[in-house]
Amino acid sequence: MIEAELSRSVQRWCPGATGVTGAAKLSGGASQETWRFDITHPDGPIGAILRRSPKGYGAAPTRAAGLAAEAQLMQLAFEAGVPSPRVMHVLTPDEDLGTGFIMQRVEGETIARKILRDDEFAAARPLLARQIGGVLAGLHRLPQDKLPELRSRSATQEIAEFDRDYRSLNWPKPVFELALRWLRDHDPGPSAETTLVHGDFRNGNLIIGADGLRAVLDWELAHLGDPMEDLGWVCVNSWRFGEIDKPVGGFGSREELFAGYEAAGRKVDPARVKFWEVMGTLRWGIMCGGMMQRFREGPDHSMERAMIGRRASETEIDLLRLLAPRGG
Amino acid sequence: MQDEPTPVELTKSVADFLRNDITPLISGHQAFKLRVAINILDLVTRQLMQEEGSEAKEVERLRALLGMDGSVADLNRALADRIAKGEVDLATPGLAEHLWQTTMDKLAVDQPNYASYKRELSRGG
Repeated sequence: MIEAELSRSVQRWCPGATGVTGAAKLSGGASQETWRFDITHPDGPIGAILRRSPKGYGAAPTRAAGLAAEAQLMQLAFEAGVPSPRVMHVLTPDEDLGTGFIMQRVEGETIARKILRDDEFAAARPLLARQIGGVLAGLHRLPQDKLPELRSRSATQEIAEFDRDYRSLNWPKPVFELALRWLRDHDPGPSAETTLVHGDFRNGNLIIGADGLRAVLDWELAHLGDPMEDLGWVCVNSWRFGEIDKPVGGFGSREELFAGYEAAGRKVDPARVKFWEVMGTLRWGIMCGGMMQRFREGPDHSMERAMIGRRASETEIDLLRLLAPRGG
Repeated sequence: MQDEPTPVELTKSVADFLRNDITPLISGHQAFKLRVAINILDLVTRQLMQEEGSEAKEVERLRALLGMDGSVADLNRALADRIAKGEVDLATPGLAEHLWQTTMDKLAVDQPNYASYKRELSRGG
């Protein structure tokens, strides 16, 4: 049982800890798992989260930064005042837990539909677009000399990569071709400034409480690039969960997002944000195609995966709304 | 000609059984998977009812746009190629209308509750 290994681990690095209780797996694919548990402590239980690759799954997928980098980024963010869980411990090989880290558990909600509909978050919702702007500004300002090694991606490289991903699916889609042409024609070139980019900053990867944004999660797609990428991705319609007139995660307007970002002392380039929103919409559409392919050819023959393949058309209508809007 | 009930009627009967008789009996992750299963059957039913008509019109539009004949898959591949090469774009008469109509027909089968689709439908399809 994982509780035995976790108990041994916490007693080594958490002074006063006597063991753990309530270990439960929250999510997990083949290569990465998230567990919640409580550290037993004389001052009261301490809520914790384990993120790990089980033994034998050390190698990260090509786009992912890896769990060690993720831990380092979250700790840096925490220290800089960007809402983020505190990293308590990075796993060592002799603990027999695989690779990964243990972080403080932040209470709150991550399920986007609940955040957008439940009364509990009614007061927080109108504040979130602006707050997200401020948090992204803080994230983009993290000191580059302290960052772990990360891949670096320009707009031009990303277009080429999505083009390759799309063609490898052998799934001719005129709307995706139109989007790829548009992206090439509107490639803004290298950004004046290269910063840390979170890479998956969106409703669903944020812990929200009644008071607003409490923590930014899922740092595994972090890379160096155009900071406007994060502002575009958070606006992709797929992450508005039905609240289509509130571009920022279904919470609020681009104007509020931009105001929050600029109030924190950073500049917005709206044309670049639009470019990355189109790119992000296509990115999710191609990922839906990847799900279809994995359903058909891969080991995961689940109904859920099959149905995600049928969600590519959602990104097609959103691309048309962006690139060929109809009047009125 | 095959006998009846039709595929639509058969698929619907299974979906209704799962929805009305089985849903109350299970909970947790299995209930989530059951909802996905019912959604799949509903999608298949919609496709069986709508595909024939929408695909015939799609082929007609593609022939007019491309000036060639072929299966719906061949014609879509040809259109994709021409857009990639820049031979056809949004300035080409009929392209935007074709892509909109085709996409609306897909959403009507895939996700008729998707908010963007409902908004565009309220503009008159």
